[in-house]
Amino acid sequence: MKRKGRVLATTTAVLALTLTGACASSKSTTTATNTAKFNAALNAVYNPSDKKGGTITMAISEDWDSVDTGDTYYGLSWNLLRLYSRSLVMFDPVPGPDGNKLVPDLADSLGVSSDGGKTWTYHLRAGVKFQDGTPITSKDVKYAELRSFDKTVLVNGPTYMNDWLNWPAGYTGPYKQPNVNTDQAISTPDDRTIVYHLKRPFGGFDYFAMLPSSAPVPKAADQGTNGGVNYKKHVVSSGPYKFQSYEAGKGFTLVRNTNWDPATDPNRKALPDEYVIKLGVDATDIDNQLLAGTIQVDLAGTGVQTATLPQVLSNPTNRANADNPTAARLWYTSINPTVAPFDNIDCRRAVMYAADKVGYQNAYGGPLAGGDIATSLMPPIIPGYQKTDAYPDGADHKGDLDKAKAALAACGKPNGFSTNMAYRSDRPKEKATAESLQQSLKRVGISLTLKGYPTGDYFSIDVGKPSFLVANNLGLATNGWAADWNDGFGFLQQIVDGRVIRPSGGSSNLSVNFPAINTMVDEAMSESDAAKRNQDWAAIDKAVMDQAVILPGVWAKAVTIRGKGLTNVFVNEAFGQYDYMSFGAVS
Amino acid sequence: MVMGPEPTAATDLVDPPLYGADDSVAAIEGRSLGRIAWTRLKRDKVAMTGGVVVVLLILMAIFAPLIVKWLGHPPDEQHQSPALLDLTTGGTPRGAFGGVSGQFLFGLEPGNGRDIFSRVVYGSRISLTIAFAAAFLSVAIGSTLGVIAGLLGGWVDNVIGRLMDLFLAFPLLVFALSIVGVLPDRAFGLSGNTLRITMMIFVIGFFNWPYIARIVRGQALSLREREFVDAARSLGARPPYIIVRELLPNLMAPILIYMTLLIPTNVLFEAALSFLGVGVQAPTATWGGMLSDASKYITEPAFIFFPGMAVFVTVLAFNLFGDGLRDAFDPKGTR
Repeated sequence: MKRKGRVLATTTAVLALTLTGACASSKSTTTATNTAKFNAALNAVYNPSDKKGGTITMAISEDWDSVDTGDTYYGLSWNLLRLYSRSLVMFDPVPGPDGNKLVPDLADSLGVSSDGGKTWTYHLRAGVKFQDGTPITSKDVKYAELRSFDKTVLVNGPTYMNDWLNWPAGYTGPYKQPNVNTDQAISTPDDRTIVYHLKRPFGGFDYFAMLPSSAPVPKAADQGTNGGVNYKKHVVSSGPYKFQSYEAGKGFTLVRNTNWDPATDPNRKALPDEYVIKLGVDATDIDNQLLAGTIQVDLAGTGVQTATLPQVLSNPTNRANADNPTAARLWYTSINPTVAPFDNIDCRRAVMYAADKVGYQNAYGGPLAGGDIATSLMPPIIPGYQKTDAYPDGADHKGDLDKAKAALAACGKPNGFSTNMAYRSDRPKEKATAESLQQSLKRVGISLTLKGYPTGDYFSIDVGKPSFLVANNLGLATNGWAADWNDGFGFLQQIVDGRVIRPSGGSSNLSVNFPAINTMVDEAMSESDAAKRNQDWAAIDKAVMDQAVILPGVWAKAVTIRGKGLTNVFVNEAFGQYDYMSFGAVS
Repeated sequence: MVMGPEPTAATDLVDPPLYGADDSVAAIEGRSLGRIAWTRLKRDKVAMTGGVVVVLLILMAIFAPLIVKWLGHPPDEQHQSPALLDLTTGGTPRGAFGGVSGQFLFGLEPGNGRDIFSRVVYGSRISLTIAFAAAFLSVAIGSTLGVIAGLLGGWVDNVIGRLMDLFLAFPLLVFALSIVGVLPDRAFGLSGNTLRITMMIFVIGFFNWPYIARIVRGQALSLREREFVDAARSLGARPPYIIVRELLPNLMAPILIYMTLLIPTNVLFEAALSFLGVGVQAPTATWGGMLSDASKYITEPAFIFFPGMAVFVTVLAFNLFGDGLRDAFDPKGTR
């Protein structure tokens, strides 16, 4: 873990040092600050306090998938649900790179592996209870894992457990098969011990144990008409707060859970008395209310709206109360080797050289609201990141036209060619990206025709289908990916493993399908040594870049407003958002 | 083949009293309705201003490449130098009112730095093409069906009347959104923007015909009872002859007026479709598309001002001109 931190510190030193000055080097102790300035909460706790009491109001423009811990796949949700649930393992709630470190939560230590990484054992802390006072046992954790297995009932959420555990053949989950013995996948030798059995070794299993699906769910509360998708209306809390009310699509209120014992929980401060969450508030209105102080937190956590941006960055007072966190997210463009002339690597290279990266960055809102210009896939905040720049595009990042023309000549198309580019038509930034690439590729004679497709169908029935790409001659397609968690596997696996591409569509991987890379992915996944594993993923990143099938655009950043009246504000790097669990309220 | 009394000129007057008393002294030769209308129209300053603006707009659309060559930049070209845009705040244009300058007459688009003047000029091509073509389509269908219904009456009138009710009750915007939204990339031998523009012309034009059809039917109903129609019929003229030679010449005035008033409605409808994102594909400039982009930059009023003004001026000019035309052709008019 320490080593990871150091690699990270050197590679992002330029960024970190300019933002926080001296704070960046002292990571072992949590730094704190009371001075309101731009990025004050990025690597330090802003306005630290231990004062209990008060109410924090949070708002979001639309509802997310679910508050059910077994049925949710949104970063903001994983951030928030730690208030009312405890999974076996969690990310350390501290500012700076240490936020990517896993610490035990419901378990009393990180997982202990045996059988060469195929068996992982956790022991629950003593004295943990549900909101009604019932003790939490390992069987409640197991039941929570079982129910989230059934993706026909709980359709959202990751499927890592489904894919990796040694489930009985034909198992469909506890709703349809309540009496099947699942001990070959998860066993509970006693009330405080839970053992996971994998099909093949996986070194990073603690990340799976961090997923919200390991937060305990009492079987009795998940039965009949109250069970399944309806469980979200009366979630049973294992954390410091419980649901006082829940109105679908409107909002909910969290109040203190008196059966949560602070002695069992070294991670949560639980300062406010109450959290009020409002859904369906207009996005621009949220920004204005944040500036006015009537709400404290923008739950979406993706930054202020375009219209609010100049207001926040140009006004010194507003700017001093804003932060510019980095997300583990890459906006990129897939270059599809299945569509001629991109079956020739030199034609793909021509695009890599000719693209104007500054234009790409501006399409996403510039260096602050958009992000940093990306030169490879893996975002620099991910432990193990190694800088690679296979296609240097000049000092100004506006493209190297000489190299692009040379690549075109090598491809046998010295005067360029025509192809189509897909983008999500309801995403203005992707439209701007496509328009920018159209202009920059025109400089070397590559002519793009832009084709917009609605977001809802983009991966499922349009560009996600390999045959659709070929039929519509879609050589390029805008794309984006955020890490499920910050490590090489969590970021890269789903977008570079060619085996996730299905003829029926649905995969985010549009263009990367090389047997050599698939083999590298297999080796990295079974590697048990974390440092070695990080190197493996960095090598995969480089190998994908060498194939020129992904044009990296920007590593996303966001301009966020630090709400008025909050204490203990800091950005948790694991989420790229403020840590929603650690806030205190001034009043 | 002359078959009986018929109007001597295409724009001959249908209402004899207008030839009457007050004109008789000055006008020795009979003045056609067209000439009277023109004389009246010339005296209507507001309508003439509208007409001049309409002509200018049409010229602007036709000569857009030349205008942009002299006064602007290519409409899709992006100007992102830090001297023009403040890139750190998401690309806010530098300078007063969205970066208005001699170089950029209407300023720059925030974010990607395209020349708003060039895009407004080019946008007029899409707007006017669709508005005119759709109006022609409506008028062609509407006047044909209207005059047939009015002249023939009976079950034909009934069928066409119910058809009109059906089309009037149709939720046009919803239909337009869905049909243009699910449009494939290639259909009917067309592709890309050509297909989308054709489709928008069809949707806007095809569903607006009942309005003009109702007006034409009403006129045809009264005309068919007139003596010259009776005369033609008694001499054995068939309905097609009566429609083409007897009725249509007398219907030209209402059709022309209605068409002038239909065009601004179509401009607005096209802008609405583009605003909702079902118009032509990016990066083609349209006024509605520009307004849609601009709505995300409410703190940059210049961006929304110029395309908004373009729509406003166009609609106003056509409406003023159309109103003037109606007054000029009005038989009961006093001027």
